[in-house]
Order: sequence, then C-alpha cells, then structure tokens
Amino acid sequence: MQHDHVLSTKQFSRGEIEALLDRAAEIDADPGAVADRHAGTLLGLLFFEPSTRTKMSFEAAIKRLGGNVVDMGPVGASSVEKGETLADTVRVVEGYADALVLRHPSEGAARMASEFVSVPVVNAGDGAGQHPTQTLLDLYTIRERVGLTDITIGIMGDLKYGRTVHSLAEALTRFDVSQHFISPESLSLPANVRYDLHESGARVREHTDLEPVLPELDVLYVTRIQRERFPDENEYRAVAGEFGIGRKTLSVADDDLAIMHPLPRVDEVAPQIDSTSHAQYFEQAHNGVPVRMALLDTLLS
Amino acid sequence: MSQDDHQLRVSKIRDGTVIDHVTAGHALTVLAILGIDGSGEETVSVAMNVPSGETGHKDIVKVEGRELSQDEVDVLSLIAPAATINIVREYEVVEKSRVDRPTAVVGVLSCPNANCISAAREPIESRFSVLADGVRCAYCETILREDLADHIDVG
Ligand SMILES: [Zn+2]
Repeated sequence: MQHDHVLSTKQFSRGEIEALLDRAAEIDADPGAVADRHAGTLLGLLFFEPSTRTKMSFEAAIKRLGGNVVDMGPVGASSVEKGETLADTVRVVEGYADALVLRHPSEGAARMASEFVSVPVVNAGDGAGQHPTQTLLDLYTIRERVGLTDITIGIMGDLKYGRTVHSLAEALTRFDVSQHFISPESLSLPANVRYDLHESGARVREHTDLEPVLPELDVLYVTRIQRERFPDENEYRAVAGEFGIGRKTLSVADDDLAIMHPLPRVDEVAPQIDSTSHAQYFEQAHNGVPVRMALLDTLLS
Repeated sequence: MSQDDHQLRVSKIRDGTVIDHVTAGHALTVLAILGIDGSGEETVSVAMNVPSGETGHKDIVKVEGRELSQDEVDVLSLIAPAATINIVREYEVVEKSRVDRPTAVVGVLSCPNANCISAAREPIESRFSVLADGVRCAYCETILREDLADHIDVG
C-alpha cells in the first residue's frame, strides 16, 4: 500500500483493499505474532467529537501491536476551547506521535490536517464526509460472511449525512456488488457520492421502501437516523419506524441475509434480531481491532 | 451586428487585454476575479448585454495596460466558458485565444458547504478541482454546478 495518509476509501484500489483484508485475517488468526511489531510507537488520538467506540478500537489496535497512545482527551479540556485552529493543533501533536488519528465534526478536516503534518493521518470520521476505517472493517465482515463477489447489498437509513455509508458505497464500487440504497427522500445520497457512483459505473438503485428489494439482498447495512435531522418529533418517529428492522420485516428476507450496523444503534434493529443468524453487527464491531491493526501495521511499516 | 458598432460602444485600446464573449451579465464578476475594483492604475471599459449572434447577448471587458496571465484566464473560464482573450499591443491583436478550463481553482471560490473545513477559521485557501460540468471542493467534495459566480470570493 503506497499511501501516506488514510483519508477516504476512494484512495484504495481493489487490490489494496484485498491485501489489507488478507493482512487483517492473518493478524486475526495469530495476533501474538505481531505483539511486539510496533513497540515504542505512539499513536496520537485527536477526537473532537465523542466516539468512545472508535477511539477504543484504535487504542486496542496499537496496543496489540506493542505500541501506545497519546490522547488529546475530551475536547472541552483542550486548547480547542481557547480557539486554536486545527492546523495548529495537529502541528503541535505531530511532535508527540508517530501517526495521528483524527475525528472531527467538519468535512475535509482530515485532508486539511494531512497537508500540515509529515506523520500519517488516519481519518476516523470527518463530519458527514468519510469514515474509511469503518469501511475496511465492514468489508472484512462482508467478505467473511458472504464474500465480495456477485453479491447484492442494501444500505438503509441516513444516507445523506451517514459518513459510514459514503465510504462504504464508494469502496463497494471496486467489487462485483449491486447496491440498493433505501432511505426517506429527505435523507437520500448526497450529490457528490451519487456522482462518484455514477462515474464508477457501479450497479446502483435508490428506493424509499425496503420491502420490494429485501428478498434479493445478501446483506442489509442499517444506519441510524438521527432525531436532529427532522423538524419535529412526530415526523422523526414515523420515519424511524419505517426504516427500522424487526422480526416481522424479515419474513420476506433470505434466510442467509446478514444484517450489519456500524453501532451504536437506537431502535433501527430490534433486539429480537440479536439472537438470530441474521445478526452480524457484534462480530462486525469486533473486527475493528484486527482490521485497524492491519492498517496501522501497513501505514507504520 | 457589425464590427463598427463595437467600436462605438467600446473604443479600441492601445495595449492590454480585450475579453470578448463573456457570458452576459458577468462582466463585473470578471473584473472581481481579476481584482480590478477601480483603485488601480488600469483604464477599464465594460460593455454589457451587447447583442451577439453567437450567444444572444454578451459582455465585453477591456483592460488597458495589462496582459492577463494564464492563471487569470483559467479562472475566467469557469464563469465565461465562451470567452475569447485578445492581447493587444500597439492597437493590434497579437494573440487571440479561447479560455481553457483549468484542472484546479485555488482561493477563488468559497465552498457552499458551511460545515466544510475550508469554511472554518483555518489557515487554508479554498481549493476546487474542475469537473466537466462544475467544480468540486478538494476538502469536503461538495460539487458546485450552478451559480458559480455567487461563490466567487475575491478581495
Ligand atoms: Zn468544501
């Protein structure tokens, strides 16, 4: 992999993605083999938005490679409150760490950070932009469960602001995958993602209703619809109900359908699904560590 | 529309640049892109909504004593794709070219996405790559197709 930074899934070719997933599988099978591989390496964690999950996953990954973290801590306690620019913050912190992991509420934050520092920058989510490491673990999970050849995937929920959706959709264009997007009209794919999908020649369709496409799906990737996207509570409840998954919804689904979710969930996937063979989301979350280990190992070697 | 009528509206210049076939109504934006606000040395003549067989109406901008650089011409192409650039020396057109679309535009347009890092208080210039039918923010990837002139951020 010839990349200085990990900013967007668009930067990866199919071959690069496959090599990373292979490496993740190797590490997953024998984590002990890499336990000291990056001893002494420090990963700088800059999370300008609360995200315990992603942060812990990166921390676990670097520690399992023998390294450690320096953590900016919660935003309130940092220089951000004093109005320091992100460009200044990253130039200071690069002196403390061998690579930076950045989560930030503004789109393009990681790209900008990468222009100011000489250590690798990993985008751990930039506003409604991209979340490439989530996508790598999603792809790993899909590959393990159904493979990445000749499959049909449904992606449902907040497609407009969902960065995991944007990254995943663009990465899937590298593979032999048909994509169905299911969302309320107001939360459909943004123009720039639609543009990339179109340019790539991907097989893509958009829907406002899950039921007609559900029977063809091998994977259903569900994302959270956030309350603040709607002007009032009633409208939100109506939409959230319509784009949630319960046992009843699944009566027309394929028996082997895998349900994925980047977590945390609210009501999108009913707890009754957890004990069924459809549920793939906890396994998906666990895959974050070996996949991030593979990525960091590649980036830091 | 004869050549003589042109001469009546905007007189010939001795040395400088004539930007012809500017999209009607955009002459002032062209001046803004060029950083011309009347405070400088140049003598500037503008003709707006001139009937033109080719595009219906057009604007013409003449800047005396200044030859446009390639960068300036590139940026013009975004709002005036049909424009022609005539470099004039001693009353003669010595160079006539159509504008070419650049591959990137730096520091000229502002990103329409309020949540873009380039719209935040950071020490960076806006940067857009140029697509066949619009421009795309290098930071947030928002695509801007219409109303480009409304997002021009000069001065
Ligand atoms: Zn932008």
